[in-house]
Amino acid sequence: MVKWTEEERCIIRGVWEKVDIDEVGAQLWARALIVYPWIERYFGSFGDTFTTTAILNNPKLAALGKIVLAALDTAVKNMDNVKGAYASLSRVHYEKIKVDPEHFRLLAECITISIACKLKAELSPQVQSTWQKFLSAVVDSMRSQYK
Amino acid sequence: MSLSAKDKNTVKTFWAKVSSNGEAIGADALSRMLVVYPQTKTYFSHWKDLSPGSAPVKKHGATVMAGVADAVAKIDDLTSGLLSLSELHAFTLRVDPSNFKILSHSILVVLAIMFPTDFTPEVHVAMDKFLAAVARALSEKYR
Repeated sequence: MVKWTEEERCIIRGVWEKVDIDEVGAQLWARALIVYPWIERYFGSFGDTFTTTAILNNPKLAALGKIVLAALDTAVKNMDNVKGAYASLSRVHYEKIKVDPEHFRLLAECITISIACKLKAELSPQVQSTWQKFLSAVVDSMRSQYK
Repeated sequence: MSLSAKDKNTVKTFWAKVSSNGEAIGADALSRMLVVYPQTKTYFSHWKDLSPGSAPVKKHGATVMAGVADAVAKIDDLTSGLLSLSELHAFTLRVDPSNFKILSHSILVVLAIMFPTDFTPEVHVAMDKFLAAVARALSEKYR
């Protein structure tokens, strides 16, 4: 179980309340696919995900981005037991969707960069460090059922 | 961390000794990888049997080591030598490049197990550098 100080909880919530799930979510997968094109392997049923223009305008990707951030909201609200909160999600990603867990880490990096675009200097090194601690806990929880 | 002339020689000499065991090395390395790093199983959902030493694992292990043998032969220019393999991994297989390190480590473990006296630290470093260079060449076409 990850331990959080009061200050860390404040920082994480502070970052998260500045994130507009619809706005950031809509562009999240576009960023991930453009930066890490090989993750396209999961999106065979998503229509055109092959050109930058298609990726940026794909409604299924936009919808999925919002779903991912809604799940992240769950993690923010369950900071003391993200592992428990994410157990079935982890299992689904392992057994059904068969996602390489390295891609949780890659997506987390994209989330941080999207947030950096929004928060700019407010994402100070200290704030980023705390946010990173949180995202690492989320990624670990997503990996937890991979056995 | 590019391969020195000494590294290349060490790799070629060691490979000459062990290459006849290529299939066994590949089968064991892949078997271990799937058990020790279960996340790698996500790339093999099309296989009926992922257990150590199973038929698909053995067959694929041989394929992988044939690729390694090819890389040894092309050690002086891995980037152009492995171009079509890179394209295969980047566009068709889309294996996350982080997995190359995992498989490389698994291969090194098997080499240590099978050739404990030959797999000296000097051979270890040369082989590790070589497999890392192969991984780099394979990653070339990804983006």
